[in-house]
Amino acid sequence: MMYDSGKIITGLVIFVIMITFPIWYNVGGAEQLPKVEKPVGKKECVQDTQFMRTSHMALLNNWRDEVVRSGERQYQVVEGVKYEKSLQNGCMNCHTSKAKFCDECHTYAAVKPYCWDCHVQPKEIN
Amino acid sequence: MKILYPFVAVLGLILIAFLGVQVGLAPVFGIVFPYLALLVFIGGFINKVVGWGKSPVPFRIPTTCGQANSLPWIKQNQIDCPSTTAGVVARMFFEVVLFRSLFRNTQASVYDGPKLRYGSSKYLWLFALLFHYSFLVIVVRHMRLFTDPMPFFVPVLEFFDGILQIGAPTLYVADLILVGAVLFLFVRRVLLPAIRYISLPADYFPLFLILGIALTGILMRYYLRVDIIAIKQLTVGLATLSPTITGEIGSIFYIHLFLVCTLLVYFPFSKLMHMGGVFMSPTRNMANNNRMVRHINPWNDPSIKPHSYMAYEDEFREFMAEAGLPLEKELPAKEEAPVADEPTAEKE
Repeated sequence: MMYDSGKIITGLVIFVIMITFPIWYNVGGAEQLPKVEKPVGKKECVQDTQFMRTSHMALLNNWRDEVVRSGERQYQVVEGVKYEKSLQNGCMNCHTSKAKFCDECHTYAAVKPYCWDCHVQPKEIN
Repeated sequence: MKILYPFVAVLGLILIAFLGVQVGLAPVFGIVFPYLALLVFIGGFINKVVGWGKSPVPFRIPTTCGQANSLPWIKQNQIDCPSTTAGVVARMFFEVVLFRSLFRNTQASVYDGPKLRYGSSKYLWLFALLFHYSFLVIVVRHMRLFTDPMPFFVPVLEFFDGILQIGAPTLYVADLILVGAVLFLFVRRVLLPAIRYISLPADYFPLFLILGIALTGILMRYYLRVDIIAIKQLTVGLATLSPTITGEIGSIFYIHLFLVCTLLVYFPFSKLMHMGGVFMSPTRNMANNNRMVRHINPWNDPSIKPHSYMAYEDEFREFMAEAGLPLEKELPAKEEAPVADEPTAEKE
């Protein structure tokens, strides 16, 4: 027999509902994996795919510091291909669309990088 | 030893997860253990609370930390010595949300004289508050990995937690506060002789475990870095009961996850149950209304009836008179006379 069972069971029900939040919240939600648009006809980037997946933000952050603070604007040369240390003149030469490349994963993972606080987002032309 | 064993235990857990993933047990560490841990956590938590609920409270025992309800012209402290349900609710609210009882913490010290002095000591309250709230922020923020689409409060929390905009990935303020607060709670146990004396391995283990979780998380986010999309596929899969492991996920993730699973399993069987216990403690959740409402001990045997003093005296009056004890009601004079006369009559 439990004393104050009404209050205790109510509390426990609230507790279980809160703990299992991700389980019931996702019900009916359309789980859509990010679909990243890859550049046509290009296979190589400045680093390998896995590195870019995990650490592109660190790379960009380093570039930002090198360019803005130290004025080191020299090109990054990887396997004979020149890449400019620049978001808009480097990365976005191949990955042309912010919406179809950057935002896909960033939205999925709730990341809001502050790149676009300073950079002007290139207009999407269709 | 009290510090070393829990420390080695946490290192051992890290090693287990690391080696386990190396030998290809990633699905066990990524899928089986999280589900098991959640079941043990919820089951154990409910079991513990129900066990507490079944325990009778023989006396009304609220701690009185202020003026109790008394004469109308004496001001009652409604929160620290509540006599109504509303007062109890207010008291519990401040206890749960602001750790009011820790705020009252005092430190006794002896100084020249020698004199004993009690001073206010707010450090424990401050760091406990920082610790619990940064932990809460981090747990809620993790919902970005478990829900798709995300509830509105996650991006809001993300924004404020990363408001310093330091580095990329952005530094979370809560991470720093959590690690700082856990370190404070640990150093407090080690440096203060009185606290060190009463500290047990069960006090150090959760601290090391939580520190381990925080540090592996920080390592994973800022230094080793992992494929967050692959991880979210797994974690959302866990939440939708259809987990799959795709892509390359570093072993640091499995170590982090295994430590969290350990915390969940350890939780219901340890001091960490103060999460449920704070609501269940009779010294906090009872109103101080002893003089208004009779508290009946649930242990009372219903077959034992109340026995008033007068009934008691009625039962034992003769023996009490014989022993010369004072009586409320003397023995009837009529009965006494014949008793005194009879033996003399017989003798005659």
